Amino acid sequence: MNEISASSFEPLSGQQQSQVIARPSLSYWQDAWNRLQTNKRALVSLYIVIGLLLFTLVGPLIWPVDPAMQDIDQISQPPGADRTAIIVPDYEPWFGTPGRPDSGLQLAEKATSQAVRLQWEILDGASGHRVYRNLFPIGPELSYGIPIAEFLNNDTLYFEDRLDLQPGRFYYVVVALDGRGLITDRYQSIPVDIERVTTLVEASERGLIENADSMEIGDEVALALHPLGTDYLGRDLLARLMAGARVSLFIGIGAPFLFVLFGVVYGSFAGFMGGRVDQFMMRFADFVVALPFLLFMILFKIAFGIGPGESGVFPMMVAMVVLLWPATARLVRGQILQIREQGFISAAQLLGASTPYLIMRHMIPNTLGVVLVTVTFAIPSAIFTEAFLSFIGMGVAPPTPSWGSMSNEGIKTMLTTPHELFFPALFISATVLAFNLLGDGLRDALDARMRSAE
Amino acid sequence: MLLYILKRVFQGFITVWFIATATFFAMHNVPGDPLTNDRAMTETTRANLEAKYGLDEPVSTQYLIFLRNLARGDFGISFVQENREVNDIIREHFPVSAILGVLSVVFAATGGVLFGALTALYRNRLPDYLIMFLVILGISVPSFVVAALSQLSLVSLNTLLGFTVLPVAGWGTVMHMLMPALVLGLSTMAYLTRLMRSSMLEVTSSDYVRTAKSKGVPPTRIFTRHQLRNAILPVVTVLGPAIAAITTGGFVVELVFAIPGLGRYFVEAVQQLDYTVIMGTTVFYGAFLVFMVILVDVVYGFVDPRVSLDA
Repeated sequence: MNEISASSFEPLSGQQQSQVIARPSLSYWQDAWNRLQTNKRALVSLYIVIGLLLFTLVGPLIWPVDPAMQDIDQISQPPGADRTAIIVPDYEPWFGTPGRPDSGLQLAEKATSQAVRLQWEILDGASGHRVYRNLFPIGPELSYGIPIAEFLNNDTLYFEDRLDLQPGRFYYVVVALDGRGLITDRYQSIPVDIERVTTLVEASERGLIENADSMEIGDEVALALHPLGTDYLGRDLLARLMAGARVSLFIGIGAPFLFVLFGVVYGSFAGFMGGRVDQFMMRFADFVVALPFLLFMILFKIAFGIGPGESGVFPMMVAMVVLLWPATARLVRGQILQIREQGFISAAQLLGASTPYLIMRHMIPNTLGVVLVTVTFAIPSAIFTEAFLSFIGMGVAPPTPSWGSMSNEGIKTMLTTPHELFFPALFISATVLAFNLLGDGLRDALDARMRSAE
Repeated sequence: MLLYILKRVFQGFITVWFIATATFFAMHNVPGDPLTNDRAMTETTRANLEAKYGLDEPVSTQYLIFLRNLARGDFGISFVQENREVNDIIREHFPVSAILGVLSVVFAATGGVLFGALTALYRNRLPDYLIMFLVILGISVPSFVVAALSQLSLVSLNTLLGFTVLPVAGWGTVMHMLMPALVLGLSTMAYLTRLMRSSMLEVTSSDYVRTAKSKGVPPTRIFTRHQLRNAILPVVTVLGPAIAAITTGGFVVELVFAIPGLGRYFVEAVQQLDYTVIMGTTVFYGAFLVFMVILVDVVYGFVDPRVSLDA
């Protein structure tokens, strides 16, 4: 018998790789991420969401304009509006220019945003005049609006308008009054193009020119830049959109996160306890579901009572959490009940896993996908709710900007300055759309059954 | 069957009680005193109102008084509009909201089923893309923007044609109702279209459709008899919540189109802090919604033979 010595054996160097036929092992989340990446719409939505977050968080650093600051030179200016002003002498009172040839209603001087000076001759049979200013040409068949001046005799045949003048075209109308001071159907109208002007003192006060000595009358100065224009109080729209995004997204993301969290805790507790406790807890959830949502949002808002200077963001979030948790709770409870009966739970129990371990390691991770999808779909509806409530004046209190309250302000001037409505509405729509599509994508990616069913 | 309905109605009453309780305590929490408002009130009026609602009594007594009045169907008298009962206000303004709501649900349901079926039929072809694009718009554009824009386009249309195609605002005739109802039902229509589409696609790949095809049933008959009838069931289920969403979501449309509905009245009452009107409207709406959902569930039992209505 041969002796087998140890020297005739030699250890294999390392692990010899034999042929392996297997895909790399993928975790649930890796797999979902891969599937999400193939979904172009969801991916684009994800980029939009990231862009929005950057806009909200980094935007104010790049565009550090105070959203509450008013630029009274530029009120309700659309984006890309002409923002030059011509320097004129300081204002001096004017009492009509004597000796001008009378030829109906006319401008005594070039119309500027400092003053519009009108002169006219007595209209036929008039014993007084009224002056109106309108945005559109208006004849006697329509109402003139509110007069800006009224003269009950024919002594004064000039008028100087200095009230809230904006560059652009306006229509001035002089209407004859009869002996009793009532308007007659005789009138005269002229279009007036107002030019934006400023004085040296004003311009240097607002920091538009650095050195007042180097500027002369008749020079042009550039006013402050507003990339997206200004609102009806002359506030920078871009800065307000950023500040509004902070409020809208804070409510839109914060509230869903909180009520989903509460729903998960409530639902998993109920599902895990089962029996009487479960029945009682779920019956209570049914009651909360039955509360008419929008009415109670409004009710809670007044119940909290927003004091002066408060924005009302916090009460709105609390109201959402109080009213919206049951849907998640139901969902999570159903999931927990399903998982509880699965083989791997019994296996873990047989191996001696404790209850906390089961919940933490098996139950919650297995519901996480559903919960994530719920949060994603809850965000757009929360943003809508905020916008809706702010729109009817029951949400975030002014002057705190939110996209909803900005739309509310913008819709009043929709015809003359549509950009004040367009931008906040665009941001609401884009955000809601992005989160909806992302939610669709996440649902498809996380739910294995949804893969084949479109 | 009857037992099921009775059970549901009983549960409904308990739910309404819960809503009333939540409303009462929420309103009780409102800072201030319901009798303090701009209007000067005589001492007698004040004393009478205090006695009626037990405002000088502890909360528990007030709550019992509130429940007792509620059980009698007495929502009280408006604090802002003197001598006007909340019941009268509801009776006058709710029918307006209800008609508007019913009309929008009809719009939403017919539109949703129709467009959903169309998109599924023309899956991944032009009509599908077109309708789904509109659906996405309908879901993501806020209702107030849609309302304002539709009103604006009506104005332009009327001016362009020189006569009134549809009135721009107001209430009274069927013509006044069409546009607001369409706007109000739009987001629900979009939602139902999506639902109907996925439900149709699911039905299309089902065994019974394949069987019907293989035994030579004509496609139109498969479509009407097998696909549509089965695919419509999930849509019916969500109609209950949809009615709820539509009837309470009417504020904006009622505001924009100047419709004298209960939603607009509710917003006004909140602005004026008219306690009884706020509480009455909320409880009334809550009860309406609860019983609407029960009604839809019961109807569903008749529509779908697979659902049995036994307790």
